[in-house]
Amino acid sequence: MAQAGRGTVLTGTRIRERRMMLGLRQAELAKRAGISASYLNLIEHNRRRIGGKLLLSLAEALKVEPSALSEGAEAALLAQLRQAAADRPEAGADLDRIEEFTGRFPGWARLVAAQGQRLSTLERAVEVLSDRLAHDPHLAASLHEVLSTVTAIHATAEILVGEPALEPEWRGRFHRNIHEDSARLAEGARRLVEDLGEAGETEAAGSPQEAVEGFLGAHGFHFPTLETDPEAVSAVLEEGAGQLGSGAARLIAGRVLERYAADAAAVPLEALRRALPEGGALDPVSLGARFGVDAGRMMRRLAMLPGPMLAERGLPAPGLVACDASGTLIFRKPLDSFPLPRFGAACPLWPLFQSLSRPMMPMAQVIRLAGRSEGVFLTHAIAQPSGAPVANRDPTFEAHMLIQPGPSEAPSDLPRVGVTCRICPKAGCRGRREPSIMAEAQG
Amino acid sequence: MGKSVLVIEDEPNIIEAISFILSRDGWRVASHSNGVDAVAVVEHRKPDLVILDVMLPGRSGYDILRELRAKEGTGQLPVLMLTARGQTKDRALAEEIGASRFMSKPFSNAEVLEAVNALIAS
Repeated sequence: MAQAGRGTVLTGTRIRERRMMLGLRQAELAKRAGISASYLNLIEHNRRRIGGKLLLSLAEALKVEPSALSEGAEAALLAQLRQAAADRPEAGADLDRIEEFTGRFPGWARLVAAQGQRLSTLERAVEVLSDRLAHDPHLAASLHEVLSTVTAIHATAEILVGEPALEPEWRGRFHRNIHEDSARLAEGARRLVEDLGEAGETEAAGSPQEAVEGFLGAHGFHFPTLETDPEAVSAVLEEGAGQLGSGAARLIAGRVLERYAADAAAVPLEALRRALPEGGALDPVSLGARFGVDAGRMMRRLAMLPGPMLAERGLPAPGLVACDASGTLIFRKPLDSFPLPRFGAACPLWPLFQSLSRPMMPMAQVIRLAGRSEGVFLTHAIAQPSGAPVANRDPTFEAHMLIQPGPSEAPSDLPRVGVTCRICPKAGCRGRREPSIMAEAQG
Repeated sequence: MGKSVLVIEDEPNIIEAISFILSRDGWRVASHSNGVDAVAVVEHRKPDLVILDVMLPGRSGYDILRELRAKEGTGQLPVLMLTARGQTKDRALAEEIGASRFMSKPFSNAEVLEAVNALIAS
């Protein structure tokens, strides 16, 4: 009786695992495959080679692709596991049993391989970021500028406080210096935060969500093929595989694109183009009602419209943010003048978050963004259940907020919100979580 | 007449604040804000002490210090280095090149005053 080869060992083990997973008795599977139970037993214990028609019959009976049972099907997985073992030799992985491990525990094997890859990616990301913080001249210059300005303010303020009898001419001069420096500090801090944000934008260092946003941004948040062909999601994903990188990013992008395709089917592009107003502002609530779709869907649709289509109606491209019920931002399409936080949480005063406490009620609010520009924005926000309703189960909510430039003439008492606490200068803010690095106050 | 100090720093308001406190302490203060010709300015002015920023337009403070240390006339000149990077390796580099003292931003006026007086006393 010939002992089966290594590849077949794997095949036999896989057949046994699959059979047991399906709850089939050996005799039952043998009957379906047209062989005796004792012969199947020999195969399952890797004592008989199998291939050809018998492999096809067994695969059919086990409801799997024949390649999933045959040798070499998991070559890539094996290579990844070997790499993971090589990267951590101290772990003492039994390399001579790697095929048995893969065959018997395919899910765990995939997890180990994925963790190994993830670890390598993170190690590279840490290297990239450390290197950048240490050697990036741009970042170093921003940091230097901020610290130098802080030093100037600190030194000047010390003189003002420590010299009560200071001559008026000097006093006036130092006051002016502090005034100038505080403005420069605010600008420098903003630039520094931007630089730090960019430092995290490298492919190696970026989170899956950032990779997805980069991918969407590279397409201008618009996918012409999905406008007419909802089945094209896989093709679009395939095309963007290089840019998306990790499996997690591809998964998130897949969800976004599936949703895009469904939104496009519900609100056809040409019909929406005809419904767009001439100038003024977009109203996702009334447009949604006109197309019989919810405001969240219409907000996504409006945010994904091609720029030229909006421009021909004199409409600026809107920004969009979405969050889940925990308040975590899950989608970001920035508006030039309304920066969105890359790290950490956003301002709790955004209508986006307010809408979570008023589910299903569309909110339209003009807000002022605290900061140097003090820009005015029109926001529409709504919180609504995500996914289809399920009987006797509480829905999980998500919220969307569409952001458009606000009216040029706006009252001075508009609600004032920030981007994120660290760079928000708003004084005495009831929503502040942490001190700001920008001067107005540390309220 | 008091001792002279040359402040080589590109931040005008830091120069003004340092100049003010050192002047009040009896120092004669001159300033320069460009790295490119800083060594020539030191040689021309012959100050008793130099306050030197690391990050200057045109040339790094480290390079300027290296050249000063290599020259006979300025090899022993007390130099207080200012930097926005207070990391150990920056301090080690400054010491290796020959900085008399190293101070990271932001610093207080009292610290600067104490440092320059200590450097001249030694």
